[in-house]
Amino acid sequence: MSAPRTLFEKIWDAHVVAPETADTPAILYIDLHLVHEVTSPQAFDELRSRGLKLRRPDRTLATLDHSTPTLPAGADGERPYATAEAKAQVAQLEANCREFGVDLHGWDSADRGIVHVIGPELGATQPGMTIVCGDSHTSTHGAFGALAFGIGTTEVGHVMATQCLLQRKPKTLAIHVDGALPRGVGAKDLILHIIGQIGVNGGTGHVIEYRGAAIEALSMEQRMTVCNMSIEAGARAGLIAPDETTFAWLKGRPRVPQGAAWDQAVAHWRTLNTDDGARYDREVRIDASQVKPTVTYGTHPGMAIAMDAPVPAARNAVEQRALDYMHSRAGQPMQGSKVDVVFVGSCTNSRLSDLREAARVLRGRRVAEGVRMLVVPGSEAVRRDAEAEGLHEVFRAAGAEWRVPGCSMCIAMNGDLAQPGQLVVSTSNRNFEGRQGKGARTVLASPATAAASAVAGAIADPREYLTEVAA
Amino acid sequence: MRIHSRTAVLPDENIDTDRIIPARFLTTTTREGLGKLCFNDWRYLPDGSDNPAFPLNRPEARGCAIVVAGRNFGCGSSREHAPWALLDYGIKAVLCSEIADIFRGNALKNGLLAIVISEAEHRWLLGHPGVELSIDVREQAIELPDGGRIRFELEPFARHCLLEGVDQLGFLQQHADAIAAFEARFGKAA
Ligand code: SF4
Repeated sequence: MSAPRTLFEKIWDAHVVAPETADTPAILYIDLHLVHEVTSPQAFDELRSRGLKLRRPDRTLATLDHSTPTLPAGADGERPYATAEAKAQVAQLEANCREFGVDLHGWDSADRGIVHVIGPELGATQPGMTIVCGDSHTSTHGAFGALAFGIGTTEVGHVMATQCLLQRKPKTLAIHVDGALPRGVGAKDLILHIIGQIGVNGGTGHVIEYRGAAIEALSMEQRMTVCNMSIEAGARAGLIAPDETTFAWLKGRPRVPQGAAWDQAVAHWRTLNTDDGARYDREVRIDASQVKPTVTYGTHPGMAIAMDAPVPAARNAVEQRALDYMHSRAGQPMQGSKVDVVFVGSCTNSRLSDLREAARVLRGRRVAEGVRMLVVPGSEAVRRDAEAEGLHEVFRAAGAEWRVPGCSMCIAMNGDLAQPGQLVVSTSNRNFEGRQGKGARTVLASPATAAASAVAGAIADPREYLTEVAA
Repeated sequence: MRIHSRTAVLPDENIDTDRIIPARFLTTTTREGLGKLCFNDWRYLPDGSDNPAFPLNRPEARGCAIVVAGRNFGCGSSREHAPWALLDYGIKAVLCSEIADIFRGNALKNGLLAIVISEAEHRWLLGHPGVELSIDVREQAIELPDGGRIRFELEPFARHCLLEGVDQLGFLQQHADAIAAFEARFGKAA
């Protein structure tokens, strides 16, 4: 019998074209390359200048999401791009995909959406795969037991030309999440809690495998929320072993194997878990029962605490600067802080279950006076499903804006942004200074917390809104 | 490959790539000319003039090609625009006790030396801005004015590429046969 291996090692080993040596990194085969408009133009140029073809268009999938407007086209058919450059960037991806034969889920596609939302939806994301994208939240796809990580534009060019990457083998970190999450506490609270515990560099150089009873109990969409934010702990990737939940979610999606091939695939996927006795480089234990509705109070995702806990005192000048920027006060909880903008969206929390979670709080209620709330579905498919359930009516009736899919205020490069000094409760993944607009103050939270805060006009505990179920 | 310069210090920890180049400038489709946008929201005041509080705007920091940055530099977004902007701004090396993985890889691929040093050496350099350093990639050493040396590790292939000007894509392409054989063996052929 071969030595016991971790899930990560099994996937890694199955993709090594040439092993690493002291002098050279491994050549790692990439099964799926996801492409969007922001990090690809220079890579396509590189191919052109070298006279190269894109090696495997059939393993490449493109979408428009980052610089795209989330307001619909006007009567003249013109889309309200924030700038001429944004429009040109999108046009360039369209032209590049035509020239190199890439399947683009563009404006006319029924599947367009945020790159990390549509990959799984289409069943392009599958267990055991290696998946890359010029985007750090590629870690999302790890929820399916795929080794998925973000790369830079030079590497985007490498994958386009060779379907391979030069990679040193990362280390492994197991995060065991024992117990069960309390009622009204979700995946976003859990991952913010984890990053708060291990720190924004707690995973540097590692691939995280999330495991334990609380992880197994999560739905696929919740698992994506957890894996999505692995990069915010500095990790290259996050992984969860595929199980029945995974197979049930994937079955019948357009790009997964069908019929007998499906059964074969599932039989293989069942082998993708960490063997008993396999060793991780590091292990951490988290008790799920201790997690509460969690929010950030500073300017990186590691500055996260339960919303009713006092903000810790700054330990140095940098932390003090972060508290000052956020107007957070040591000793005071974040709960009750006045809110200006609420954003529900991003590849962390823009799937159907996230929107349902927000709608559950908003149903029969109103967004507080003076608060602006944007709800941006992650994909056209999410938008269709949400509208079929009437969620958009719930949002609109509450006074929120219901938008067209895209990254929107997560990265604020499409014109959706907050004004200097405004406090944004956001379901996205980064609360860096200026991430949601110059001078904007971001508090990361779950969809339920975001919705409750919109209603209260201040950061609020969603559990107080989930008990009364208005019709 | 050798870089000789005085150091400038950016003591903040966790300087993320959004701070190095804000997302709203990512609509560019080239890699050129990003230096003027480097650290944009930190470096300029709202009226467009230089922010005196930004450490690299201080007279003694002007022209420094080596930056000593607080822990976990380059975290966040994978945008390669960050090293492109730093290089165009005139920065050739970043020294830190811990550098985010993706940024580090991106930097080295573009010839920006992202160098990890020990915590003690990092603390000392943070406390001594303006010190004259000479970074020698071949020797993997940083020479201090007093003759002292700081040794550093560099991934051997990255070092080789920096020294010999190896084209990494060209290197990968030399393995085209192995890649095709891998695809055939594991049922991944087109
Ligand atoms: S939603 Fe945000 S994090 Fe996700 S891909 Fe878009 S910009 Fe990146």
